[in-house]
Amino acid sequence: MHKILSKQTLAPGIKRFEVIAPEIAQRRKAGQFVILRVHEEGERIPITIADANPAKGSITLIVQEVGMTTRLMGEKKAGEFLPDVCGPLGDPTHIENFGHCVCLAGGVGVAEIYPVVQALKTAGNRVTAIIGARSHDLLILENEMRQAANKLLVTTDDGSYGIHGLVIKPLQEMMNRGEKIDRVFCIGPVPMMRAVTELTRPTKIPTIVSLNPVMVDGTGMCGGCRVTVGGKIKFACVDGPDFDAHEVDFDELVRRQQMYRSEEKEALERYVKSLEEGETEKKSCQMAEIFQALMPSNAGKNSESFLDSKAN
Amino acid sequence: MAKKVIPEKTPIPEQAPELRITNFNEVALGYSDDQAVFEASRCLQCKKPVCIAGCPVGIDIPRFVDMVAHGDFKRAVEIIREKNALPAVCGRVCPQESQCELVCVMGKKYQPLAIGRLERFVADFAREQSNGAPLFIPAKKTGKSVAVVGGGPAGLTVAGELVRLGHRVTVFEALHKIGGVLVYGIPEFRLPKAILQAEVDQLAALGVEFRTNYVVGRTEMVDELLSRYNAVFIGTGAGLPYFMNVPGENLNGVYSANEFLTRLNLMRAYLFPRWDTPVKVGKRVAVIGGGNTAMDAVRTAKRMGAEHAYLVYRRSRNELPARAEEVHHAEEEGIEFRFLEAPVAVKGDAKGWVTGIEIIKMQLGEPDESGRRRPLPIENSNYVLEVDTVVVAIGQGPNPLIAQTTPGLKTGKHGVIVVDPETGATSKPGVFAGGDVATGGATVILAMGAGKKAAQAIHGFLS
Ligand SMILES: Cc1cc2nc3c(=O)[nH]c(=O)nc-3n(C[C@H](O)[C@H](O)[C@H](O)COP(=O)(O)OP(=O)(O)OC[C@H]3O[C@@H](n4cnc5c(N)ncnc54)[C@H](O)[C@@H]3O)c2cc1C
Ligand SMILES: Cc1cc2nc3c(=O)[nH]c(=O)nc-3n(C[C@H](O)[C@H](O)[C@H](O)COP(=O)(O)OP(=O)(O)OC[C@H]3O[C@@H](n4cnc5c(N)ncnc54)[C@H](O)[C@@H]3O)c2cc1C
Ligand code: SF4
Ligand code: FES
Repeated sequence: MHKILSKQTLAPGIKRFEVIAPEIAQRRKAGQFVILRVHEEGERIPITIADANPAKGSITLIVQEVGMTTRLMGEKKAGEFLPDVCGPLGDPTHIENFGHCVCLAGGVGVAEIYPVVQALKTAGNRVTAIIGARSHDLLILENEMRQAANKLLVTTDDGSYGIHGLVIKPLQEMMNRGEKIDRVFCIGPVPMMRAVTELTRPTKIPTIVSLNPVMVDGTGMCGGCRVTVGGKIKFACVDGPDFDAHEVDFDELVRRQQMYRSEEKEALERYVKSLEEGETEKKSCQMAEIFQALMPSNAGKNSESFLDSKAN
Repeated sequence: MAKKVIPEKTPIPEQAPELRITNFNEVALGYSDDQAVFEASRCLQCKKPVCIAGCPVGIDIPRFVDMVAHGDFKRAVEIIREKNALPAVCGRVCPQESQCELVCVMGKKYQPLAIGRLERFVADFAREQSNGAPLFIPAKKTGKSVAVVGGGPAGLTVAGELVRLGHRVTVFEALHKIGGVLVYGIPEFRLPKAILQAEVDQLAALGVEFRTNYVVGRTEMVDELLSRYNAVFIGTGAGLPYFMNVPGENLNGVYSANEFLTRLNLMRAYLFPRWDTPVKVGKRVAVIGGGNTAMDAVRTAKRMGAEHAYLVYRRSRNELPARAEEVHHAEEEGIEFRFLEAPVAVKGDAKGWVTGIEIIKMQLGEPDESGRRRPLPIENSNYVLEVDTVVVAIGQGPNPLIAQTTPGLKTGKHGVIVVDPETGATSKPGVFAGGDVATGGATVILAMGAGKKAAQAIHGFLS
């Protein structure tokens, strides 16, 4: 049993939890995640370890409510317990002094890139972070990121704050200016990671993406999280979740993520119906929706034209 | 005085096939007291009982059976427990036909004694009587401690033996439930979870500490455990699923048996949406393989409503490695066996969902190193079997996590941990291993046998 020490709403539908997990707090490294269950009959879901306090024995998890399990998590209050928190899982992000690193994240991905930015900076890198959200009120961890990175750029899709546009826009501009970039890290919805991948492909800037296939055990036992990287099957939970972006088969990832779409919908609808208050406003996965709207299903193949039109 | 032989095994009451494919309740219902006494009375009480040697842990079969025949079920369970800590499990899942019952003298001419069913009966009797009170009183505390990695049959056996010898034992398990394959792999209809839980509760009552959600190699390393405990036992099993490496294997609707069974057993996907985890089972399901894992997956698919549940196996019925009883049950349940066939590709639609498997027919050639006749493809025999779900159950190897994170731990072919088969000692002092992690996928009782030997060796190491 893992006690929730505190809970805080960072943006509509995005909540931060501080949870007791001493062994995990001791050992976790950037890029690692936990698998948790919210209740005894619940699903096992992966959540990145956004931060940790080894002295206090706690870890920080930032969760966006997209479906039933993350909504149930959102209902949890400080003082309550999570039955299972297992970790730290996954291979830590490969950190060394690369030089100048650009770290991009959208939506709740900011929570996932935050420890990577911290670790890169500690290793002596100059880190430019670019974070984005659909609009200003959905932006999370701005202050933390400003502290962690050497330079922070913020974008909003609706222009309500920072640069008007998607997170790839400033990256494109940096590349146009011929700025030296030694490595790119990108975490967010697949359409965003894919767009960044296509942007850095021609110039071969090493680009790392953190993949988020559906997981069950997180220990390499089920094979459900398999992704194709460089033509080979990899298990994201033990061989990743970080991979060389230019080698990833994103089409397959997108397809496999949707495997349980109808069941997820059914579960969510039942859950929402069960909430008597009729709190039915669907605050789900805004970033993914925006990117999906901007990049229709065939976009993978011509994302360069997408970049041209969107990021001039 | 020659005893009159009763030639046939006493049948065990079972749910009717038409009924049981609609539920996940146990198939076999177990003997009544009278049936058990009657079956036990079939035993010849041989002067030179060969059955004992047929049992991998050497249960004194004639003696326990004799107690059953005389109605002393309590004494019977004590005799079994001298050698086997999980009789309710073994009575249900051991491949008796290739162990004790294979060599039973009566089997030469008639049907062998139903040793497995009697073991099950006795264990169930004891569980119902004991109300969870520990059956053993642990020895005086030794002050020594042992970390057991993995809560499967191997780890549980080591824990049980060592706690009874007075050592402090902690079991570290990666999943949120203890039991290994018994909890995530073997379905409820063969091994009810409550029975396993009762065995685990017994160990807890004896003082074994359980730490779930604890992945050794991630949460803590073996070397760190070694600095906190006097010895470490690794029983992490063979949980790494193998795939076929054919085109289309990552299409939506293709599962490894581990994922399929884990969703259904550990996560109770058959209770979705009451439980949260979903699973996709189509109307036409093909399971690839012929072992217990394949048999469990295909029978589960049937229970999940598959109209056609195919078992695609590249050899013939004679070579099926699954337990005979389960093959028989599967046949009764209408599983469609497709022998001498092997998939060469998985076919999908434009949206990436499985539509079928392309199969090539096989014939049997000369025996290979496993002693079984080698399957050989028949050229131009390919055809497509229409299915919407595929479950790959062609075997599994040890998870490399521990080997990768434990310097000095020697591994061999397919990543198994190299051990001394008599003691379970690894190349690393103070570290022992056993069960599937040292042998590759085997059986519950062999994992337990390895656990017993390792426990004795660890006890020696600590003394
Ligand atoms: C390594 C990793 C790290 C992650 N870190 C975070 C994080 O820090 N914060 C955060 O908010 N989210 C994170 N996620 C995503 C999070 O796991 C999913 O949002 C969550 O599982 C959705 O569950 P649900 O029941 O609420 O939604 P559902 O309605 O069940 O699913 C919505 C979508 O989430 C994805 N998903 C569903 N179940 C799983 C699963 N078991 N494993 C992975 N993805 C799933 C699928 O793409 C699905 O279409 C991470 C995912 C991975 C793989
Ligand atoms: C579906 C299926 C059906 C089967 N049916 C039968 C049958 O009918 N009869 C029979 O005799 N045998 C059967 N077997 C085989 C039998 O289950 C195994 O041989 C036996 O379970 C092996 O026991 P074990 O303790 O070595 O490993 P396992 O049972 O695999 O247990 C290993 C445990 O270690 C845990 N673990 C792994 N890595 C770590 C880590 N790094 N840190 C912490 N914990 C870890 C795992 O989560 C697991 O709980 C079947 C196997 C399967 C898959
Ligand atoms: S071999 Fe068969 S008949 Fe003889 S003692 Fe063993 S179980 Fe009884
Ligand atoms: S989640 Fe099961 S193998 Fe990765």
